[in-house]
Amino acid sequence: MSSAVVTTSAALGRPFLFDDNAEPEVSCHPERSGKYAKRIARGVVEPALSLPKGSLPSPDPRLASILPASQLEIRPAPEMASSGISDLDALTGGLPRGCLTEICGPASSGRTTVLLAALAAATRRGEYCALIDASDALDPHSVEAAGVDLDRLLWVRCGEGSAGQSKKSAGAPSLSRTLRRGGSFDFLPQSPSPLDFQQSKVEDPSCEENALEKSPRYTRPSELRLEQVLRSTDLLLESGGFGLIVLDLADLPPQAARRIPLTTWFRFRRAVEHKPTILLAIEQQPIAGSCSSLLLQLAAAKRRKNAAHGASRGSGVKNKQALEGRKIDHEQSILHDQTIPPTHTNLLSGMNITAELARSRLDRKPARSVAFATKTAWAG
Amino acid sequence: MPFACIYIPNFSIAAALRAEPELQARPVAIFEGKHPLEKLFAVNENASRLGITPGMTKAQAELCSELALRPRSALQESSAHAALLDCAQSFSPCVEDSACDTVLLDLAGMESLFGSLHKISHAISERAAALGLAANFAMASNPDAALLAARGLSGADTPFDKLRAGFARAGVTVIPSGKEAESLGGLPVEVLFRDRLEGEEKQSADCLLETLARWGIRNLRALATLPEVSLSERLGQEGLRLQQLARGTASRTLVPVEAPLLFEEAIELEHPIVLLEPLAFLLNRLLEQLCARLASRALATQELRLSLELSSLTGIEDGFENLGIASESDEPSKNMWGQPPSAVRRSEAPLPHCRQTKFSRKLNLPLPMLDAKVFLKLLQLDLNAHPPGAPIMKIHLAAEPARPRSAQGGLFLPPSPEPEKLELTLARIAGIVGEHKVGAVELLDTHHPQGFRMRRFVAEVARKVPQKKTPDAAEAQATVTALRRFRPPLRANVTLENGQPVHLVCRRKEVQGEVLWKAGPWRFSGDWWERDAWSRDEWDLALRSGETVSFYRIVHDLLGGGWFVEGTYD
Repeated sequence: MSSAVVTTSAALGRPFLFDDNAEPEVSCHPERSGKYAKRIARGVVEPALSLPKGSLPSPDPRLASILPASQLEIRPAPEMASSGISDLDALTGGLPRGCLTEICGPASSGRTTVLLAALAAATRRGEYCALIDASDALDPHSVEAAGVDLDRLLWVRCGEGSAGQSKKSAGAPSLSRTLRRGGSFDFLPQSPSPLDFQQSKVEDPSCEENALEKSPRYTRPSELRLEQVLRSTDLLLESGGFGLIVLDLADLPPQAARRIPLTTWFRFRRAVEHKPTILLAIEQQPIAGSCSSLLLQLAAAKRRKNAAHGASRGSGVKNKQALEGRKIDHEQSILHDQTIPPTHTNLLSGMNITAELARSRLDRKPARSVAFATKTAWAG
Repeated sequence: MPFACIYIPNFSIAAALRAEPELQARPVAIFEGKHPLEKLFAVNENASRLGITPGMTKAQAELCSELALRPRSALQESSAHAALLDCAQSFSPCVEDSACDTVLLDLAGMESLFGSLHKISHAISERAAALGLAANFAMASNPDAALLAARGLSGADTPFDKLRAGFARAGVTVIPSGKEAESLGGLPVEVLFRDRLEGEEKQSADCLLETLARWGIRNLRALATLPEVSLSERLGQEGLRLQQLARGTASRTLVPVEAPLLFEEAIELEHPIVLLEPLAFLLNRLLEQLCARLASRALATQELRLSLELSSLTGIEDGFENLGIASESDEPSKNMWGQPPSAVRRSEAPLPHCRQTKFSRKLNLPLPMLDAKVFLKLLQLDLNAHPPGAPIMKIHLAAEPARPRSAQGGLFLPPSPEPEKLELTLARIAGIVGEHKVGAVELLDTHHPQGFRMRRFVAEVARKVPQKKTPDAAEAQATVTALRRFRPPLRANVTLENGQPVHLVCRRKEVQGEVLWKAGPWRFSGDWWERDAWSRDEWDLALRSGETVSFYRIVHDLLGGGWFVEGTYD
């Protein structure tokens, strides 16, 4: 018995068949039926046949080359690189190369600590890293304390007071305009204008307001920062050669970060695909959707009652009890119950962080979490 | 012993055509002299066909509308001469700088490096064409014979495009050893004298030529056959020297020249340039010439210096009318008087007397490079960021030579950014975020919390990989609680109780509220011996942030007063 595969052609709006002896299964459009019958009679169109009920299709040699979806070749698993924290590596297997990884969490949840650990691990491997800092929030002393090789870290400090952003008549469409139109953000090279930025050793606290006034194109500073982040990321991904590229969007409000179109994240994902680069995004809430291969949710660990006195800030004494001692409880009552008021020796010496594997395209297992402790630089 | 000569016929024209290759097919004349008495100094063959001859006044030549008239440029000629020396020295270390249009080189022993003499001759000819010079090349057993052959025998009119395309056959002459007299015999006696002599040399040369003409001596063969004694009696030692030259038997040693490694190219413009796009075309040409010269010496460059001569005020006004360089930017660049051009246009006051000013930019590269396209893009980005502010009359580009980098990427080393690509990327990012906001961090030797500076990010392949620590030690170091700084710090109002903060109010909503926990103060001060002394108390605070607790570092400025939230522990 011959088999028949019936499908429809969207272009022609009529069914077409692969089998000569099959009966037409899909009825023709009433208006076309006469014409269709004539074409069948002329032999221009071959009549479609339907399968008898209960009959099983037999293999057709012409379909031998077509593979069912279940037998499609599985995409090779990406190479994993250490995140610098063994607990995290045990949870996720590391950070996947050629993929986008998101690390989310609220303030003081340990995102920057994880980021610096990943940077330190990458520079220890001899790789060059790039950090696109949307909020210009990186503390170089923390970076050095984390063991990052500063010579291998490219720091892009986004924010106001930059070159090309004070232009009204710029050639490239601004992100804000693009987003308001509902379109995707695409990189267009923009010719910069003269800049009068001079780095001061100690920033004037009042310069933030002044800087905002200098950027007339942007109604919100976050839009300016986002545009700089995305354009810089595009350029760095195109340049290649970096082992780790980090987008630090941690201080951007989630509403602003969510304005990045999914097409942009898709483009980043495609740009980094098949490259030995880890693309890492640090943010408050997940924004890349399915474009990210790995999503880690960080949070401060829950209450710990051992509020022992820790090491002093300058002492450099390593004390495990001290590391765990100043883990701040989440309930204010615990603090109020303490009879001993905080003294100058009662320091923040570390934090407990909980990392939850919220989503992974690489490992289809239920969500798991892991906790690890960090310490301050002065805790020894 | 083989000697070779590279000769550039019609050198002034060749130098002009090297700067403007699009004039190759056009009649070109070079003029010199003071206005209004300029006279034509040199013309090319196309101009000669139109009846244009050297010595005509510029006014006469201007009647020919097709003629391209260019002033004689010492800069262009010196650049062409430097390129000629580069060409010669890329094949032999022993090079004599005979004249501005002639170099002699000793090719003894060069066969083992470059192949047969025939191959060398064509390689030299092609190298000269690559440097933008249409050269005659001749090879003989003695330098003077090679020189005479290059001046007289070689096809001087080989089309430039053919030379550049590698069809450099017509300008190459090789005289076999022992056949010098036979080969040189047909040359006119005028080749014995340099093209342009001045003063007494010219008078004596004219006198000798007149004498020879009266004797009926028209070519070298006739001069070579004259009896030596009689010639000596009539013309002295000079006559004998000329006869030896005509016979191709004169022998001498070369006087090697050690030219300084100056790589400079320049273009003087007839009309000022007001847009960046045509400037980019000219820069591209100059950069290609510079790179070709550097390549011929097996060198690269780590520093490019661009200096532009800007025109006077009237030119500025015309330039800015045409959407000029500085008018692209919203923030008008300042012109030579420190005023924006619009302010100059609007002012009714009499304009100050102005002269040509110079505008210089220096492009420092982290590593030696030799890629004209990368250089051009970097210069374009730099000029976009720092526009000259006035129409350009003259472009001068110099490259500081450096040894090309030699780095072998290891098979098992992690990939690193390609230096040329990275430099372009960094320049583009600098255009987006700001010039001093991209790079690597360098910590300063100070206790000041902001004690760092940005420096150029360099990705060297040969950089040593840091020594691997044990995994435990590395992880212990890596999991250090990081501080995220607020730049600039947030001004805050802090309520104190017994000298300790108990409540914080800040512009950011999430950074305010009752203090759950506090630790401090830690007092820091420094630079008290300078004006910008600082002294501060630091506190670590815990504030409730929704359902979680956030940690902040606040600072009390003891000198200036006021509280600031410096960052958050994350």
